[in-house]
Amino acid sequence: MSILLRLFWEFFKTGLFSVGGGLATLPFIYNISDKTGWFTRQQIADMIAVAESTPGPIGINMATYVGYTTSGVVGSLFATLGIITPDVIVILIIVRFLQKFRDSRAVQDVFYGLRPASVALIAAAGWGMVKIALLNLDATSFAAIFQWKAIVLAVVIWLLTNKIEQTKKLHPLVFIAISSIAGIVFSY
Amino acid sequence: MKILWELFYCFAVIGASTFGGGYAMLPALQREVVEKRGWATEEELMDWYAIGQCTPGVIAVNTATFAGEKQAGALGAIVATLGMVFPSFVVISIIAAFIQGFADISAVQNAFVGIRACVCVLIFNAVVKLWKSSVIDWKCIFIFAVVFLGSIFLNLSPVLYVLLAGFAGFVIKRWEMRA
Repeated sequence: MSILLRLFWEFFKTGLFSVGGGLATLPFIYNISDKTGWFTRQQIADMIAVAESTPGPIGINMATYVGYTTSGVVGSLFATLGIITPDVIVILIIVRFLQKFRDSRAVQDVFYGLRPASVALIAAAGWGMVKIALLNLDATSFAAIFQWKAIVLAVVIWLLTNKIEQTKKLHPLVFIAISSIAGIVFSY
Repeated sequence: MKILWELFYCFAVIGASTFGGGYAMLPALQREVVEKRGWATEEELMDWYAIGQCTPGVIAVNTATFAGEKQAGALGAIVATLGMVFPSFVVISIIAAFIQGFADISAVQNAFVGIRACVCVLIFNAVVKLWKSSVIDWKCIFIFAVVFLGSIFLNLSPVLYVLLAGFAGFVIKRWEMRA
């Protein structure tokens, strides 16, 4: 299969099975990276940062970025079309019987099980990110397993995003900018 | 024809003017779709969001599809959705090209080491937020644990977990009703 069709197909599946928006596409992008080797897990981290700091829905930004990394502008076109196609089809079907869908017992029951699974998939993807950003599992000594500078930075960002009233509501872009400056200043 | 262009333009503006999608897009949708153009009521917009939350895909795209469909049928849905993704497409392509050209500079590399630490926290925050609304009892915790451990230790497609968990939710609820 040509790489463009493969891109379309992989993102079609992502669009069809990722539920909940935002980072829900992340586990699927990990899966694409593992299967195809088109891009590394480190690149995924960079993509998240860019997707969160630029306009537009995160899922779309991720698809566009992956597509571009894989095969340039044409690649981003195929990946983006791939992720939106199942979306549009599903909604066009639902729109025909909107009220029934909302009130359907069966739909609610399925989503009762589906939501925790979606959270778990994102959490597992997050763990994958922790392994490359904060830890060094190839290290020979116990102390060297932890990338201390990065961990300190993560704790600071956690405090800023959760505990400090003045900074809690700021846009992710701000924290990404702070972190990039910290990265350069303390030369990680 | 005019309505199609108007749909494309309206959603391109929304896509270009909001960071992050999902609920971050709500104020722009309220302004452009409800107040300025009267294409939908506030309640309709909320319905679209609720359905977007529990259907596959990107929530912002779902709302664009709904609004486009309402104005101009299936073609309207497609045009509105393309409008929504157009700014992402342009901006990300430019940035991706830019970053690939500068990736070898050590300052850029250091910056990204810092950014990755930050991304960990952003994902963690997202998980905590979703946990509160999605993991509501011990059965949900069980599903969470199985999928989390499964996807860390086994190399299976996420599609499988989504299908299994949906099926499990259905079975659990039916079983509870009978008990």
